[in-house]
Amino acid sequence: MKKILIDLKNISKSYDGQMVLDDLNLYIRENEFLTLLGPSGCGKTTTLRIMGGFEVPDRGRVLFDGREITSLPPNKRQLNTVFQKYALFPHMTIAENIAFGLKIKKKTKAYIEDKIQYALKLVNLEGYGGRMPDSLSGGQQQRIAIARAIVNEPKVLLLDEPLGALDLKLRQDMQYELIRLKNELGITFIYVTHDQEEALTMSDTIVVMNQGYIQQIGSPEKIYNEPENAFVADFIGDSNIISSLMVEDKLVEILGTRFPCVDTGFGRKQPVDAVIRPEDVRLLPEGEGRINGQVTHLIFKGVHYEMEVTAGGFEWLVHSTSMFPVGTKVAIDVDPFNIQIMNKPASLDEEAVGVNE
Amino acid sequence: MIKDTAKKIYIILIIIFMYAPIATLVALSFNASKTRSKWGGFTFKWYRELMANEEILQALMNTLLIAFAASIIATIIGTAACISIMGLNRKSRAIILGITNIPMLNADIVTGISLMLLFISLGIKFGTGTILLSHITFCIPYVILSVMPRMQRLNPYIYEAALDLGAGPVYGFSKVVFPEILPGILSGFLMAFTMSLDDFIITHFTKGAGVDTLSTKIYTEVKKGIKPEMYALSTLIFITVLVLLFLVNKAPLDKKEQAK
Amino acid sequence: MNKKKMLGIPYFIWAAMFILIPLFMVFYYGLTDKNGAFTLENIAAMALRGHARSLWRALYLSFAATLLCLALAYPLAMILNSMNIKKHSFIVLIFILPMWMNFLLRTLAWQTLLEKTGVINSLLGLLHLPPLRIINTPYAIMLGMVYNFLPFMVLPVYNSLEKIDRNIINAAKDLGANGWQVFVKVTLPLSLPGIISGVTMVFIPALTTFVISKLLGGSKILLIGNVVEEEFTQTSNWHLGSGLSMVLMVFILVNMVLSAIFDKKGEGSAL
Repeated sequence: MKKILIDLKNISKSYDGQMVLDDLNLYIRENEFLTLLGPSGCGKTTTLRIMGGFEVPDRGRVLFDGREITSLPPNKRQLNTVFQKYALFPHMTIAENIAFGLKIKKKTKAYIEDKIQYALKLVNLEGYGGRMPDSLSGGQQQRIAIARAIVNEPKVLLLDEPLGALDLKLRQDMQYELIRLKNELGITFIYVTHDQEEALTMSDTIVVMNQGYIQQIGSPEKIYNEPENAFVADFIGDSNIISSLMVEDKLVEILGTRFPCVDTGFGRKQPVDAVIRPEDVRLLPEGEGRINGQVTHLIFKGVHYEMEVTAGGFEWLVHSTSMFPVGTKVAIDVDPFNIQIMNKPASLDEEAVGVNE
Repeated sequence: MIKDTAKKIYIILIIIFMYAPIATLVALSFNASKTRSKWGGFTFKWYRELMANEEILQALMNTLLIAFAASIIATIIGTAACISIMGLNRKSRAIILGITNIPMLNADIVTGISLMLLFISLGIKFGTGTILLSHITFCIPYVILSVMPRMQRLNPYIYEAALDLGAGPVYGFSKVVFPEILPGILSGFLMAFTMSLDDFIITHFTKGAGVDTLSTKIYTEVKKGIKPEMYALSTLIFITVLVLLFLVNKAPLDKKEQAK
Repeated sequence: MNKKKMLGIPYFIWAAMFILIPLFMVFYYGLTDKNGAFTLENIAAMALRGHARSLWRALYLSFAATLLCLALAYPLAMILNSMNIKKHSFIVLIFILPMWMNFLLRTLAWQTLLEKTGVINSLLGLLHLPPLRIINTPYAIMLGMVYNFLPFMVLPVYNSLEKIDRNIINAAKDLGANGWQVFVKVTLPLSLPGIISGVTMVFIPALTTFVISKLLGGSKILLIGNVVEEEFTQTSNWHLGSGLSMVLMVFILVNMVLSAIFDKKGEGSAL
């Protein structure tokens, strides 16, 4: 395991009496691509700003490489930020923008010139050095913002929804670009986004946040396949979340029908939530599955068909490559390993409580 | 902490600097002594005498009438001009806006004498009319300058959407465009009104003998000594504006709080 | 579309009639003598000793007043901006409000404040400080200029500071700049449009004033504004007055061109 680079310990922060972060604990390893994912207002940007030094937490400590930096001003930190909407200096050329941090550090002219060329090449914008920021497109400005940050050779690059202002196609291109940059530079990326697809594509580790609490930390696969609570399941992709009864280990009663599953340790006769991804619902001819139902909606989505099937009194969301016209009588089945069992939240508060306690 | 205190002290010093003369004038309006430089005790005498001073009241009437007329006319002409300027091409627009900027950037004294020369050569008799024409002239740019940005920010499709939904041009404008630019029109009007009310220099060059606004009246009184009634009047005006502004600022705030 | 354009006609006529033609009248009078013959004498008259001296006096007083306004207004605008006041209008109000008290009276009030036995000297006396003897001196005129035109510096500078994206400041800090470096390299250059616009709005009226000098200079200290004013209202030598005004307009023009160069986007306009 690589060593821990940033360690946030018991961080709390509130604005005007509104709690934004509550006793947050999180560490980031060297060379990791870590994404803070969550809806707006979940505290992800505040977490990033605390790492960048733009906010001081009300309580808790920030360690960088084992050294406390909680109240160190941003200009003394060994990390650089790529801001939302780029924040390029509008009165400077692209080259001057990139050179800004290096000039502050009093690097030699030749060194700075080399670095500018290197950075422009790295972000595929050679020859743009003399242009002004407002003559560049959004995607180009974004890449300059990244170039401006990385010439300082930070140990960590903080990215605050850097692709938010770009259109879909450009966003996808930039995602690959970012992965390439991360691999080439070998530095830690901490990325903030509300876009689950972006998070799944790029990250080594995803931190799902909601209402100031961490909901789940894990690899993209783990987060997607084994969401630990209803919020994560719902936020990451579409899911069928069904109130169920755990009969015993490896057996769950969903909508009155018993399904074998692989989860254990939930006790006997316990109410639970079962999470089933739409692509994991198998549609069979009527009578051949576990619950009979009827297709009520059908949309062609390109790679698959999206259907809604009413079965056992529940509207199932189903993704399938085979098409069943509306009105078709079908049966539903789910393979045991595709059923994810979660504890039911006892109250709203608990729903929000972090899972890494 | 020390920094914050220093900041506050600095702001307070500047505010004292800005408001010391105003406090002085308010104090003078209650000063029983007729000379500026001596405090002769507290009195309401000047306020009573103000009510009987027809010359000052006449000057006040002139000032208010001119300010109202000039700012209303300037608002209408200026707003109409903005609508038309939006439809012009880049070059003509730049020229028109350049000309509009002249009275704002030029020195008041030059604007004043240029208008004076115009009225002389046209043989127009100096009086309330010439003051009004001059005030409209320097008020229009303020209207255009505050309406124009609103116009430019306006989504051009909302007017077309209104037409698309069956509105006629006049209906579409008054129901869709007008409400959007109204704040600009209002602030333009207020600005024009304030400028007209406070103007001395241009009025000085374009007024006729016998017609006075408050400013020119004060200017002629400087040599003889300002009548204390004038302090009383300006205190009344200032307090009226203060109360009005307070009410205007308070009203929308209450609404917001209720909405919570 | 054409109907729309027609709406502007009243203004276009108005602008031609009351902005352009009057300006040409000034040129016409300035370049002719009483018999209507072309002459440059009215302009050359600026070089006469008395005129040159009042022009010079006006130039250095207004220049000093402009610098003083900037020195007072810039920190003030920065403080106001840092206070994060949500009500933008409140700040504008504080500086617009005094305008509702007549400008002449406000300036006259400084006489009362500055007089030998005035308010300020009484206060200084209480504190056992030496009295301030600036009434009827150029310093009093300069103070009057600063007082009257300070709002015109504060508002555009504040506006331009307020427009700077917080993240741009943060980006500079993030890249290692300390407070002073952020100010010199980012804040100051980005607020330049506001400074330029403020300088224009203070310098021109200060340069051409005749009221402030008359009220606070004891009518002994003549500025170029006083000279021009007297040519029009007392001597009635409109040709000379126009000629001198044309010289003044050169300064105004230089100022306008400079501000146009520095403030291409019109960002700094205060109103």
